Amino acid sequence: MRRVYMDHNATTPVHPEVLEAMMPFFMEKFGNASSIHWAGREVKKYMDEARENVAALLNATPNEIIFTGCGTESDNMAIKGVAFAAREKGRHIITTQVEHHAVLHTCQFLEKMGYEITYLPVDSEGLIDLTELRHSIRDQTILITIMFANNETGTIFPVQKIGEIAREKGIIFHTDAIQAAGKVPIDLQRLPVDILSLSGHKLYAPKGIGAQYIRSGTPLTSLIHGGAQERNRRAGTENVPYIVGLGKASEIARRDLQKRHDHLLALRDRLHQGIINRIPHVKLNGHPTERLPNTLNMSFLYIEGESLLLNLDLEGVAVSSGSACTSGSLESSHVLLAMGIPPEVAQSAIRFGLGWSNTLEDVDYTVEVLPRIVQRLRDMSPLYQKRVGMAL
Amino acid sequence: MLGGGKSCVAVAMSGGVDSSTAAALLKEEGYEVIGLTMHLWDQTQDGRGKFGRCCSPEDIHDARRVADQIGIPHYVINLRKAFAEEVVDYFVAEYLKGRTPNPCVLCNEKIKFDLLLRKAEELGAKALATGHYARIELCSSPKKPLRYLLRRGKDRNKDQSYFLFSMTQEQMSKVLFPLGEKSKAEVRQQALKLGLRVAKKAESQEICFVPDDDYRRFVEKRKGREISQPGEIVNRDGKVLGFHRGLHSYTIGQRRGLGIAAPHPYYVLALDAERNRVVAGKKEELIAHGLVASGVNWISFPRLEGEVEALVQIRHRHPGTPAILSPLDMGRVKVDFKIPLNSVTPGQAAVFYLEDEVLGGGWIERAL
Repeated sequence: MRRVYMDHNATTPVHPEVLEAMMPFFMEKFGNASSIHWAGREVKKYMDEARENVAALLNATPNEIIFTGCGTESDNMAIKGVAFAAREKGRHIITTQVEHHAVLHTCQFLEKMGYEITYLPVDSEGLIDLTELRHSIRDQTILITIMFANNETGTIFPVQKIGEIAREKGIIFHTDAIQAAGKVPIDLQRLPVDILSLSGHKLYAPKGIGAQYIRSGTPLTSLIHGGAQERNRRAGTENVPYIVGLGKASEIARRDLQKRHDHLLALRDRLHQGIINRIPHVKLNGHPTERLPNTLNMSFLYIEGESLLLNLDLEGVAVSSGSACTSGSLESSHVLLAMGIPPEVAQSAIRFGLGWSNTLEDVDYTVEVLPRIVQRLRDMSPLYQKRVGMAL
Repeated sequence: MLGGGKSCVAVAMSGGVDSSTAAALLKEEGYEVIGLTMHLWDQTQDGRGKFGRCCSPEDIHDARRVADQIGIPHYVINLRKAFAEEVVDYFVAEYLKGRTPNPCVLCNEKIKFDLLLRKAEELGAKALATGHYARIELCSSPKKPLRYLLRRGKDRNKDQSYFLFSMTQEQMSKVLFPLGEKSKAEVRQQALKLGLRVAKKAESQEICFVPDDDYRRFVEKRKGREISQPGEIVNRDGKVLGFHRGLHSYTIGQRRGLGIAAPHPYYVLALDAERNRVVAGKKEELIAHGLVASGVNWISFPRLEGEVEALVQIRHRHPGTPAILSPLDMGRVKVDFKIPLNSVTPGQAAVFYLEDEVLGGGWIERAL
């Protein structure tokens, strides 16, 4: 039985070059970067190099990059940091209904503390209405936080235009770019973004490291207090090996961006084509063109996504439905529901997230095993028997 | 039941020693086993009760560790919505009607052997196995069509056939009870021999979703404070003897908590939900000569044609009373006890046995 991993939006394996770059920093160059002696000094320059690489991936300057413990921490830092720093100016924050839970739950937490949050709705392809965004801005608005690309559908938001609106109104704009970084070009010289969150383990770096871009001059309250690390923005002894890993992963991502993009796009479209050729009653969830090159979210009508997921697992294919963090309970995805997708269709959705190591054979194997699983499940499904006409 | 050749079987794993051993045994016998743990309810972290309640995070964890140990795939199946509707809501509604419910039977009928069984089939399993102490037998008599029979577990003390009376022929054709021929002691031995980490785990005797067996508090919390309506306690003639603090706090045969000052003790005879009254009386008045059962499911035969002699159990731990069953309308059965019984409780299950064979069973509508 073949093992195919197609859940790269959940996490990615560490790239061999990344692991190699990290190794010296566990036992040989292990010093605390804040120490004044040789052990501390010798790791500082590797940290600087890593920081430069992350900055280069985003076309930002190194002193605007800080390292965090993970992407969720970066999101928390951005939103809570701005909320606390600007609390005298106002208490209103604008976000969308399709953000990752790291953003949504942080906003809900702030609501309990007296902040007001506007959750912008999205259309059937997962995008917000820019006019609606404009109209929801008030005098007390202190932050707009809208993701770069959606983790479940891959839909890419018009970050340039959103940033321009924010800039025009003088409001800080944070974007959760955790899924987008390394998959599509991000140029912070051009994009009017003030804060950007990044996660290592979506980028072929290990889990447990993240980064944050903070445009110079953006007021942000720290969440983690202690030492003066990361320019006083995020205390805690620097996780040098993992920082080095993230730096290396960023370097590779930048080097291979176009090559990976083309490879992923070809595989994804081959998978998509294979599915629609062999399986009827399927639906794409997400924008048809403005989408991450690796993400394919499809609903297989008349069956339960959970059963499809488990059956694929038994055939060795790893995919997911909903987002990984909520998969324990397999509830209907809040993203798909916000897109107006009927619950039965949302429940039958599967997300394929391709990665750099996936091959044509992986895609072809998946396309081979899927139809008979789907047919068997449909044969057992009372919904399929009734063949209710569903408006797609 | 599965025909020649081993094939794929799913096992409902609760994280307890019984279902864990059942899974291990089937794997040893050469079946391709898939472990499934149902997520039925979200236990709130009260800090009380460490083990034994179904699908707490620890139980799911235990099931997963056992699956790992045995070397089988393991999935958690989310059935919370159906469980809340079919089992928990039924449980609360029965109490409010003045009846004493049996949620475990409903869980078997509507959740385990319906939804979970379907899930198992969707995964390619030919059958679902559980750790119940009971036996399913395919009976082929020369003159009669094939019929599945349900028998008590060999370990009479652990026998759980009482909770399985509502199984249909179709369900029985796809269910396995690997522990039916074993005693509890043998099962624990087996678990220890296999080195299963749950071999020494304690048993749960409570209803899985009610913390600390406090049914009254559970029903109150679920429905809100308003349901605790005090009302009158009366005797059979309607004479008011005292006051009760809410029907759901009482059960048939209950002696304590009535607060009636009298030379002899009073017992709860009936719960009148319509008029919100507890009917109490002397011990002799508790005696019933029979009962009417409704929603009867027959296993040993398709329907009750005439009178039949059987042993009737009105509670799980009831030794059983010889009785005569006769058919009534609408799937109901009249049961006449040969020896009168105390505390016949509406809402409980009445299960009919012939030796160790479960003829069928139904729900107690009222005592006669």
